[in-house]
Amino acid sequence: VSLALLAVQTLNGLQLGILLFLIAAGLTLTFGVMNFVNLAHGVQYMVGAYLAAMFASLTGGFWSALALTLPTALAFGLALEILVFRWLYDRDHLSQILATFGVILFLNQGVKTIWGAAPLSVPMPVELSGSIPLMPGLLFPVYRLALIGVGLATGFALYLLINHTRLGMLVRAGSTNAAMVSTLGVDIRQLFMIVFGFGAMLAGFAGALVAPILSVEPGMGDNLLILAFVVIVIGGIGSIRGAFLAALMVGLIDTLGRAFGPQMLRLVLAPSAANQTGRALTPMLIYILMAAVLFQRPSGLFPVKQ
Amino acid sequence: MKPVTILLATLARCAAATLSVAAEGKVKVGLIVTLSGPPAVLGGQVRDGFNLAVKTLGGKLGGLDAEVTVVDDELKPDVAVNKVKGLLERDQVNFVVGPVFSNVLLAIEKPVTESNTFLISPNAGTSNFAGKQCNPNLFVTSYQNDQVHEVLGKYAQDKGYKSAFLLAPNYQAGKDALAGFKRDFKGEIVDEVYTPLGQLDFSAELAKIAADKPEAVFTFMPGGMGVNLVKQYRQAGLASIPFLSAFTADESTLPAEKDDAIGFLGGANWAPDMDNPQTKAFVKAYEAAYNSVPGTYAMQGYDTAMLIDSAIKGTGGKLSDKDALRAELKKANFTSLRGKFKFGLNNYPIQDFYLVKAAKRPDGKYETEIVQRVFEDYVDRYAPECAMK
Repeated sequence: VSLALLAVQTLNGLQLGILLFLIAAGLTLTFGVMNFVNLAHGVQYMVGAYLAAMFASLTGGFWSALALTLPTALAFGLALEILVFRWLYDRDHLSQILATFGVILFLNQGVKTIWGAAPLSVPMPVELSGSIPLMPGLLFPVYRLALIGVGLATGFALYLLINHTRLGMLVRAGSTNAAMVSTLGVDIRQLFMIVFGFGAMLAGFAGALVAPILSVEPGMGDNLLILAFVVIVIGGIGSIRGAFLAALMVGLIDTLGRAFGPQMLRLVLAPSAANQTGRALTPMLIYILMAAVLFQRPSGLFPVKQ
Repeated sequence: MKPVTILLATLARCAAATLSVAAEGKVKVGLIVTLSGPPAVLGGQVRDGFNLAVKTLGGKLGGLDAEVTVVDDELKPDVAVNKVKGLLERDQVNFVVGPVFSNVLLAIEKPVTESNTFLISPNAGTSNFAGKQCNPNLFVTSYQNDQVHEVLGKYAQDKGYKSAFLLAPNYQAGKDALAGFKRDFKGEIVDEVYTPLGQLDFSAELAKIAADKPEAVFTFMPGGMGVNLVKQYRQAGLASIPFLSAFTADESTLPAEKDDAIGFLGGANWAPDMDNPQTKAFVKAYEAAYNSVPGTYAMQGYDTAMLIDSAIKGTGGKLSDKDALRAELKKANFTSLRGKFKFGLNNYPIQDFYLVKAAKRPDGKYETEIVQRVFEDYVDRYAPECAMK
C-alpha cells in the first residue's frame, strides 16, 4: 500500500463524508428540532440535482444553474412544508413515515414523468475540470477538491449560524424544549418552516453539487437517505457538530474499507477467500461502526440535551 | 323518427361486420418489457423498435392486422408471471415478445411455452435456455448473454494486453460478465473488484486502477452506474487506459455520458452506423418518431417484429398451425438490420459481433460506431448442450 494511494483514498473518503454531511445536516435539523421523521429528504436531494440539470440545459452553464437551483429548492421545500409536512407535526412518527414515504413515491414518479427515466447529466464547470497532481503520482480531480472546500465552508457557516446568531439560538432552544420556546412568544410554526425550508435547500444544494460527477436519475436519493440516517444516528440526532464528525467518519471508513479491506484480509486469508469476505464485509463496515457507537453512547456522539 | 332508427341499425350492422372480419384476420402480440424504474429506457427502446416495425408494415404483421398489447413487468419476476398469464388467458395472444432482463425470462418461459404459445426474447438470452433447457417454442433474437462480454475478452487478447483490471457489480450478471471476459483473455488479471449493486461513487476503485496501472480495464456497469463510472473515469484522468465495457456506454446511457464516453469501447451485435440500407432507413425513422438514437435494444425489438411478420407470411396467415409457424420462425426469412442473421439449433442467433466505440455524430448526438468485427457467425458455447434438432 503506497502512501500516495492512501492519501488519495483518504481524500476520497473526506469527499464522500462532506457530501453526506450536506445531506445529513438538513435531516438532523428537522429530526432534532422538529422531532419530525422526514424520509422525503433524499428525494429533495434528487430534486436539487434535477433542477440543476434543467437549469444547466436552459442557461448552458453550471454556475448559473447552481444560482437558480438554490432559491428553487428553497421554494420547493417551503411548498412541500405548506402542502404536506405542516399537517403532520402533531402526528406520531408512524404517520410521518407513511406520509413522507408517499412523497418519495410521488416525486420519484414525478421526475420520471417530467424528465424521463433515462439518466441526465450536468456539465462540469470548465474552471474545475481536470485533475491536479498533489504529489508525484497522485492525481486528484479538481472538482472533488472544490467539493471538499465547499463542504467545509458550509459546515463552518452552519456552525456560525447555529451558535452565534439569534435564529440559531432559537433553533437550539427549540430542539431542547419546543413548548418552552413557544411560551416565550416565539412563533414556533414559523421557526419550523424556516428550518424545514433551509434543510430542503441544503439537500438541494448537495444534489446540485454532485450532479456533475453523478448521474441524475429517479431514485438517486434513496440509497443516500439511508446513509444520512446512519450519520445522524451516530452523530446524535439534532446535533450539527455530531453530523459533521459522523459524516466524515462514515465517509472515511466506507471508502478506506472498500479500498484496502480486501488487501488487509489477504494478510490473514487466502486470496480468493479474502476477496469473498471483503466483498461481503466492506458494505457492512459503517453499520458495524454505528452499532459500536450506539453500544458505547446510546444517543450518539453528541446527544442534544432534552 | 323511423328513418333515424333504420340508419342507426344499419350503422351498427356495418360496424359489427367490420369487427368480425378484423377478428378473423388479426394477430395478437403481447409485449412484456420493463417500463418502470431506471431501466425503463431499455424496455422503452424495445417497445418503440417493435412498434416502428409494425408501423412500417402498415399496422400489419404477415398481412394480418396487428394488435400489440404492451405490459410492464416492473422488473419483478412474480409480477411478470401474473401479467403473462393475463396476456395468455385474457388476451389470447399468438406471440409473447419479451422481456428485457434475464431474471424475468427465467420466470415467464414456462407459462408461455407450456401453453404452446411462442415466446420471442428481444434481449435476454440466458445460458440455460441456450443449452440443456432449450425449448422449441422459445426464440431469442438478441444473443446469448455471455457473448457480448466474450467480444471484449477476445479483443483484449488479440490486442495483446498483458494485464486487465475487472470491475462489476456484485450480483449474478456481474459475475457472469467477468467470467465471459476471462474465457478468451489470457493476460494477467490485476484485480477483480465487485461493487455493491447501485454504487454511485467509484473514487476508491478508480484510485486503485490508477495505482495498479493495468493495460486495460474491463467493466460491466449497466444504467446509472455506468454513467457515473464513465464520467468519473474521465475526470480521474484515467482515459489513457483503454476502457472496455459491456452495456456501460451504449445508446441508453450515452445521452447522459456525452463527451466523457467518447472513444470508450464496447461489444455489440449491431450499431446504428452499420452500413446497410435497412439500418439507414431504420435509424432515420426511429429518430424522427422518438427523438433519440436507437441502440441494440430497439434494433432487436424491430427485428423481432420483422421475424414474426416473415413467419406469418410463410404460413399464408395460418396462425393455428403451430408446427408450420415454428418451422417458419426457425427459417428467419427476413432482412435483419444486422444483415446476416440465422437461428442455431437452440433457437439462439448465429451472427457476427463487433467492437464498437462511443462517438459524437456531426449533428451533436451520441452513438456507438463499429470499429471492427471480432467474431464471425458466432455460435454460443452452450448450443452443443441443446438436444433440439
